[in-house]
Amino acid sequence: MVPITSQAQCKGFAKKVCRLELDPYIHDGNYHAAILTEGEEAELYKTFYSDQEYRIAVCGSDNLPEIEFTIMDATKKVIYTNSDNNYSRVWDFKLESSQQLKIVIKVPPNPDTSEEPMSGCVSIMFGLKLK
Amino acid sequence: MKSKFFQYLHIGLIATLAAFVGLSACSSGGGDKNEAEEPELVIDMSELDQKMFEDIGEVKKIFYTMPSPLETAMMIKSAGAEYNEEFLNPVENAANYSTNMSMALNLGIYTCDLSFVSLYDQTEASVNYMNASKKMADGLGILDAINDETIDKLEENVNNRDVIMEIISDTFMNSSSYLQENDRSSVASIVLVGGWMEGLYLATQMVYTDSIMTSKLVKRIADQKLSMDIVIRLLNETKDNEDIQSILADIDNLKETFDKIKITTTSPIQASVDKDSKVTTLSSKTQSTLTPEIFNELKEKVQAIRNKYIS
Repeated sequence: MVPITSQAQCKGFAKKVCRLELDPYIHDGNYHAAILTEGEEAELYKTFYSDQEYRIAVCGSDNLPEIEFTIMDATKKVIYTNSDNNYSRVWDFKLESSQQLKIVIKVPPNPDTSEEPMSGCVSIMFGLKLK
Repeated sequence: MKSKFFQYLHIGLIATLAAFVGLSACSSGGGDKNEAEEPELVIDMSELDQKMFEDIGEVKKIFYTMPSPLETAMMIKSAGAEYNEEFLNPVENAANYSTNMSMALNLGIYTCDLSFVSLYDQTEASVNYMNASKKMADGLGILDAINDETIDKLEENVNNRDVIMEIISDTFMNSSSYLQENDRSSVASIVLVGGWMEGLYLATQMVYTDSIMTSKLVKRIADQKLSMDIVIRLLNETKDNEDIQSILADIDNLKETFDKIKITTTSPIQASVDKDSKVTTLSSKTQSTLTPEIFNELKEKVQAIRNKYIS
């Protein structure tokens, strides 16, 4: 297994692997991906609109442990975390009122500190339900 | 519930213990019990949203995400807008754009128009707007984001809206990922602003004067206030770029009017999961005030900025 270490490989991973997780939702077309190392975090801020059904997909390349993602509202209240849901890669939701939400993505640290931490691609994608 | 909600908020944040009174253009959300008996806890959403950014941690990467042109077009359609081609940027204008800034803005604008016409099954217009988008992407040196194969695939699937939406999403992702990979994040941000501005323009133009206080489209327009901070933060990431500075000035001008729109919430988000579909519904109660005067001011500003971008 060759670890993903370049942005170009990350794009391929996002397109060929993570994007498929959105099905049957339509990918919104935005691209968010980064090379993260075990123990690192990323954050994403986005406004989600009412009357729209969304799917979020958060995927990490095979050499990384399961990626944790948490959704918080503007008061920092945790709305959802996939760590309570078997580290599911996707979450489907809709809103009664439009809201700005924060998504925190964590690559858990390797408990074995003698090993070199692994790096890989983490991609975050949003799907929309076509009405 | 209300006292628990208060715990989430920092002291000093606006917490007006008063019944919500005002010119309310729109309201949404669930829960309407006890309103007559108890005063509402009214929270200004913009102050709440600012709070969200206060504890940005030491993280490897921060993404500020604007609605894509596809999402923008879908919002307009779902708000009940009727199809009207006269507001779109004519494809003939594509020949006029030669600078990086004008091509980037109009890649976003044409992608929004392309999404819009495709959502209304306007097959010929879809092909024309894909070609106009291709011209912009080619001009920006975005290799193979939209190629002849893309156009052929679009023509072969003119009656299959799902496939067309996938093609649009695919081409937009190709463009934005190419720009980001090649250290052209400022151009990627300008494309997004172009698409977002076009969506605002189409939405404001499609509201009838006599329906400002009731139109669902107006609610969608008011909601864009919630994206203003994200737009500004995204642009600030590459603010050394002269094109970005020019766009930031337009956005700041627009923000002055958006700041006049008041969006308040009187309840925290409650999540409930549908057992069958597994879809979570986030319920909350918000109200936005957008008077006809503010709407008209916003419409004029958006029109001026958008017309500058397509000229």
